[in-house]
Amino acid sequence: MSTAKNININLKIWRQKNAKEKGGIVDYKLDNVSTASSFLEMLDQLNEQLINSKQEPVAFDHDCREGICGMCSLYINGRAHGPETGTTTCQLHMRKFKDGDTIYIEPFRSKAFPVVKDLVVDRSSFDRIQQAGGFVSVNTSGNTIDANSIPVPKDDADKSFMAAACIGCGACVASCKNGSAMLFVGAKVSQYALLPQGKVEAATRVQNMVRQMDEEGFGNCTNTGACEVECPKGISLENIARMNREFLKASL
Amino acid sequence: MAKSALLKSSIAKKYWMALTGLFLCLFLAGHLAGNLQLLVPNNALNFNQYALFMTTNPAVKILSYLTYISILFHAIDGFLLTYQNAKARPIGYAKTNPSANSSFSSRNMAVLGTIVLIFIVTHMVNFWAKMHYDKNMPLAQKETLAQTGKKQIQLVGIKDSQMPFFQLDESGKLSKEFFENIKTQTQGQYDLEIQDVTKIVNKKDGEVIFQGYKDLYKLTIDFFRDAKYGLIFTIGYVLAMFALGFHLWHGFSSAFQSLGLNGPKYTPAIKFFGKAFSVVVPLLFAIIPLYIHFTK
Repeated sequence: MSTAKNININLKIWRQKNAKEKGGIVDYKLDNVSTASSFLEMLDQLNEQLINSKQEPVAFDHDCREGICGMCSLYINGRAHGPETGTTTCQLHMRKFKDGDTIYIEPFRSKAFPVVKDLVVDRSSFDRIQQAGGFVSVNTSGNTIDANSIPVPKDDADKSFMAAACIGCGACVASCKNGSAMLFVGAKVSQYALLPQGKVEAATRVQNMVRQMDEEGFGNCTNTGACEVECPKGISLENIARMNREFLKASL
Repeated sequence: MAKSALLKSSIAKKYWMALTGLFLCLFLAGHLAGNLQLLVPNNALNFNQYALFMTTNPAVKILSYLTYISILFHAIDGFLLTYQNAKARPIGYAKTNPSANSSFSSRNMAVLGTIVLIFIVTHMVNFWAKMHYDKNMPLAQKETLAQTGKKQIQLVGIKDSQMPFFQLDESGKLSKEFFENIKTQTQGQYDLEIQDVTKIVNKKDGEVIFQGYKDLYKLTIDFFRDAKYGLIFTIGYVLAMFALGFHLWHGFSSAFQSLGLNGPKYTPAIKFFGKAFSVVVPLLFAIIPLYIHFTK
């Protein structure tokens, strides 16, 4: 973009050697950051500077860099995935910041997301929740019928797809003041409960996933709605309500 | 699993919080309707009759026990949630920006709820406990003209016809002499004593000669017009209503979300009603002590 310019920024980054050692905020100065660069490119630039001065680079998660894999995280200036809504950290650009800005970068915080190193957290608790029930059992005997042969109302399909947009990044947990994972689990429960293939196992699914969520040490939801605002994929609170309904149905 | 899940799971705690909270909203509406009678001038008799009904009617009793249980459950569940949620993030953030994604009320339910709980306890000590257990609870009185043309104070009885029987001394109390006089005048036929604060009973045959009203009206008016502390009580009450309002601002619609009701059809209506409820109810509650205190 022709309006791109270079800015100088101050960074306050959480550094932690490994899971066991105590971490702390470390200050860095980074000059000549192009406003056209992405936030992760800015961190790459910082790491280059650190490596050149024989320092340990900052570890951070990233993969696709196009907002679809759910790998990048980061709590930037008090918000998961930074100041923009509806985007992941990799989709955030430095044009959102001004020359001289101080930017806090911290890992997603949750008892169930232990820090591995610096800004990298272990989100395998989400995987375990998913494994507890976030699937549809299909007989793979070789004559599996085509999913499209089962009629699905358009409205249900849309809602299911909207829930399925969840990339499991953990921004909901990170932004929730209670460290609750209910938006994630709500989305995963809804995604299946809305479709005929998923309805069959709906009761055991919601019970198992909620039990696993509680066992992982996530907090209790108090409906602040922070998760919905910060979710890069716009997952709605309606999914948590649907999970509450499904859980009640399954428990009675 | 299902049974323990309905008590222990994170979602079950939501249901209990929502159900008890919504029941307490109903209680608020009922309590407010009763309290608004205090705004009607010279309404002592009606108000005391209402207070008697509310403390003796069996159906109301069931409701009031449900209310006590709801308050306790809501508070205990709330403290438990707050404790567990604090543990879910052992290391906090250095920089936060909570107003970017959530409302003040929603983030401070525990603090607001604690203020409301403290208010409920003091409120019950000041009114509920006195009404139920205070032996010195004043009885409803009224000024009448005696046959001599002098003004006199009499107790107001549940049945008016029995009323002229009892005249009070200047301090408004039935003296011991009064009981002795009756006993001698009726040659021991009427040996009277006070039972359950409000009843005057003939010891001989257990006949209830007279039953008065506990004067909750006077207690309330005196409380908020107290020369020393009336203003403090009034301000405290109004502040508690602010806390209640903010608590309801999030709590009312949140309860429906917890119970699984969230959809384009009703959620806007629930949210609107919840916000109106959270403004109107505490406001009307707060007007009452303000009115009493400032219209001496």
